[in-house]
Amino acid sequence: MEEQSKTIFDRPESLRDVVTHYCPGCTHGIIHRLVAEALDELGLRERTCGVAPVGCSVLCYNYYNCDFLEAPHGRAPALATGFKRLRPDMIVFTYQGDGDLASIGMAEIIHAANRGEKFTTIFVNNAIYGMTGGQMAPTTLEGQITSTCPNGRNLEDVGHPIRVSELLATLATPSYIERVSVHSPMHIIKAKRAIKKAFELQAENKCFTMIEVLSTCPTNWGITPGDSLDWVEKNLLAYYPLGVKKRPDQGDK
Amino acid sequence: MAKILMKGNEAIAEAAIRAGGKHYFCYPITPQTEVAEYLARRMPEVDGVFLQGESEIAVGNMVFGAAATGKRVFTSSSSPGISLMQESLSYIAGAQLPVVILNVMRGGPGLGGILPAQSDYFQAVKGGGHGDYRIICLAPSTIQEAVDLTIEAFYIADKYRNPVMIIADGMIGQMMEPVEFPDEINEPELPPKTWAATGAKGREPNIIKSLYLDPLRLEDNSIVLYKKYEEVKKNEVRFENYKVNKKNKVLIVSYGTMARICQTVIDELEAEDISVGLFRPISLFPYPEAALKEEADRANIKTVLTVEMSMGQMVEDVERVVKGAKPVKFFGRTGGIVPTPDEVKEQIKYLLRSESAKG
Amino acid sequence: MSQYEVTWAGFGGQGVMVAGQLLAYTGIAEGKQIVWIPSYGPEMRGGTAYCTVVVSDRRIGSPIIRFPQAAVVFNRPSFDKFTPTIKPGGLLVVNSSLIDVTTERDDLTEILVPANQMAMEAGSPKVVNIAMLGAFIGACEIVSLDNVKKTLEDKLGKKKDLLGINMKILQAGYDLAKNTIAGRATSES
Ligand SMILES: Cc1ncc(C[n+]2csc(CCOP(=O)(O)OP(=O)(O)O)c2C)c(N)n1
Ligand code: SF4
Repeated sequence: MEEQSKTIFDRPESLRDVVTHYCPGCTHGIIHRLVAEALDELGLRERTCGVAPVGCSVLCYNYYNCDFLEAPHGRAPALATGFKRLRPDMIVFTYQGDGDLASIGMAEIIHAANRGEKFTTIFVNNAIYGMTGGQMAPTTLEGQITSTCPNGRNLEDVGHPIRVSELLATLATPSYIERVSVHSPMHIIKAKRAIKKAFELQAENKCFTMIEVLSTCPTNWGITPGDSLDWVEKNLLAYYPLGVKKRPDQGDK
Repeated sequence: MAKILMKGNEAIAEAAIRAGGKHYFCYPITPQTEVAEYLARRMPEVDGVFLQGESEIAVGNMVFGAAATGKRVFTSSSSPGISLMQESLSYIAGAQLPVVILNVMRGGPGLGGILPAQSDYFQAVKGGGHGDYRIICLAPSTIQEAVDLTIEAFYIADKYRNPVMIIADGMIGQMMEPVEFPDEINEPELPPKTWAATGAKGREPNIIKSLYLDPLRLEDNSIVLYKKYEEVKKNEVRFENYKVNKKNKVLIVSYGTMARICQTVIDELEAEDISVGLFRPISLFPYPEAALKEEADRANIKTVLTVEMSMGQMVEDVERVVKGAKPVKFFGRTGGIVPTPDEVKEQIKYLLRSESAKG
Repeated sequence: MSQYEVTWAGFGGQGVMVAGQLLAYTGIAEGKQIVWIPSYGPEMRGGTAYCTVVVSDRRIGSPIIRFPQAAVVFNRPSFDKFTPTIKPGGLLVVNSSLIDVTTERDDLTEILVPANQMAMEAGSPKVVNIAMLGAFIGACEIVSLDNVKKTLEDKLGKKKDLLGINMKILQAGYDLAKNTIAGRATSES
């Protein structure tokens, strides 16, 4: 019997065939793909609505092939709440950076998580404000230099970097929270599994799910794409331990 | 002092320090993030306070708290961020605290864009937040003027115990021009800030607030504010005329970056023997009503043309002032598009053609 | 001169913004009115950076310059974008190390500067912009070469090695422009 050639790698249907605006070496694109693959594999694309943040990924609606809302900075969880309450049959996800979610949008995310809103948040933590050119984020590491902490983050002045997943995991209601990374193929595979799981749980009508993804920003970290992956491994992983922070059986009202 | 080349954002930041505005709270937003980045470096050198807040809502209220100490405080943002500060501005004005705010306007509504615009005029001049209050609003058209007005703004804010907004646009924020800072700043004496919360030692406690459940008391507070704004209208009007004379057929009214583009228009039309003058409001509140009325009323003026980087906001004030004495026309581009001198010239020539056709 | 406008354009990292600023500083030192206008916004992501410098004897009105008298272009996209905008009779300074075409316009003075080669020979890849600046000054003399040198001393005074390289390449760019123009004059006469 002759083997027919078969496609083993293709663009997911949930992504459009376009070039993204992300900088070389930025891992936003990988994360987009993982979400798209999950939506494809679960057959959810046609009943999904995403909510875009304000940050480098504000234009993600140009890359996803599903309905999308563009929220004000930090308010994606509030839009998602309003939307999902009226359309519980749809799948809703927010895609947010660390400035968007953990700084200006901290109130919205905590309350949405605490109410157990039935959407999924993809939280992209690159420890800096990308879009505005590299200012300090709530997740910026101790000593890390940014344009608004030119001498490095000083804990005495601005406190410790916030571990958002652990923080939200203290709430009783959320059903699933995991921190993953995409700086190596092995980590990407695990990240994919976590993201898919979150959407599965949402499809089963479970409460709030969030996947925090450690990501790179070579442009504003001021290092090469390759070094950025090492920087994630060495610095981000040390402060932001990967793993499940909240399991489905622990959550749910 | 020698002239130095500075970006508008950085020059304004330095001016704030020179004026004693050494207490600064911010949240990054294009096209004014350089103000924050500059002050992150500078504040430690001058023993000031620099803090990046978690949002503009927080920043507005950090400024509120900081101003209650009686020290000079400063914040800056751009349109979407200024929208979030409206809550605090209403409270700050209600509680009569001096603060200086910089708005480097970008295109809206919503997330809009990051290029220069003048579409926050209504928000700045007509309120923005709730209640009977006004913001004193100054609009520079060069970087030197931005420096000078910023320095003055701190004094004006203290004098009237009211927020003062420097309203610029992305062009003024981003471009560089030579500027000079005064060696020293001589301000007229102001009464001591006995209202500040400094600790009730040997005096009754100072309560900084805007709540008056008794409607008569609340009305009183609004009357106090109203009287203050009447004083502001008397004392703080600022404007500039450019080539305004008896030959002008058209009077342009324009402010900020747009006004300097109109200067080029006027120079170029002069070479073609078309006489146009420019009336440039510098204070948007208080609006230079009497001065504009006087110029617009002159017999030689056939048309008043308002030119803005918006769909037409200040033009409503121009109409209000001109009161139908002359036709008030509008030309503008928005969304980050800055009209070119050629576009404005075309508009003027068109107006003059239709004027003479009516004959 | 009453007003002169020049656009500097290239990739981010080629020093176009700095070259424009050095011109601006020199203009200030000569008592001229100056505006330096950067590109900012969506186009920055595309990798091209540009700024326009206006040098004037009088108060500068519009900072929006669509049609400058000169453009100094460091790469091909900038060449394509800005050559058509130059006013008739204007000046085009081209980094011929990276741009392998010349303009078809016959109403411009075009100066070809192998700036990357010159910089490598001078011992630093970072002074491409200074070669271009030298050539620009040589072609239009909008500010004096001596004053540009003073600006460089001012900015680099403490870094003696760097200053030496900068001075050398500034002069080389200047001479190249002068020779190009003189060469054309003789061949035409
Ligand atoms: C109300 C408001 N404030 C500020 C901004 C400016 N702004 C745009 S994106 C951004 C932060 C982006 O950082 P992050 O969320 O970490 O995402 P990244 O760009 O790093 O992916 C800010 C502050 C805005 N658009 N709106
Ligand atoms: S600025 Fe940073 S986060 Fe934004 S696209 Fe570039 S690398 Fe990615």
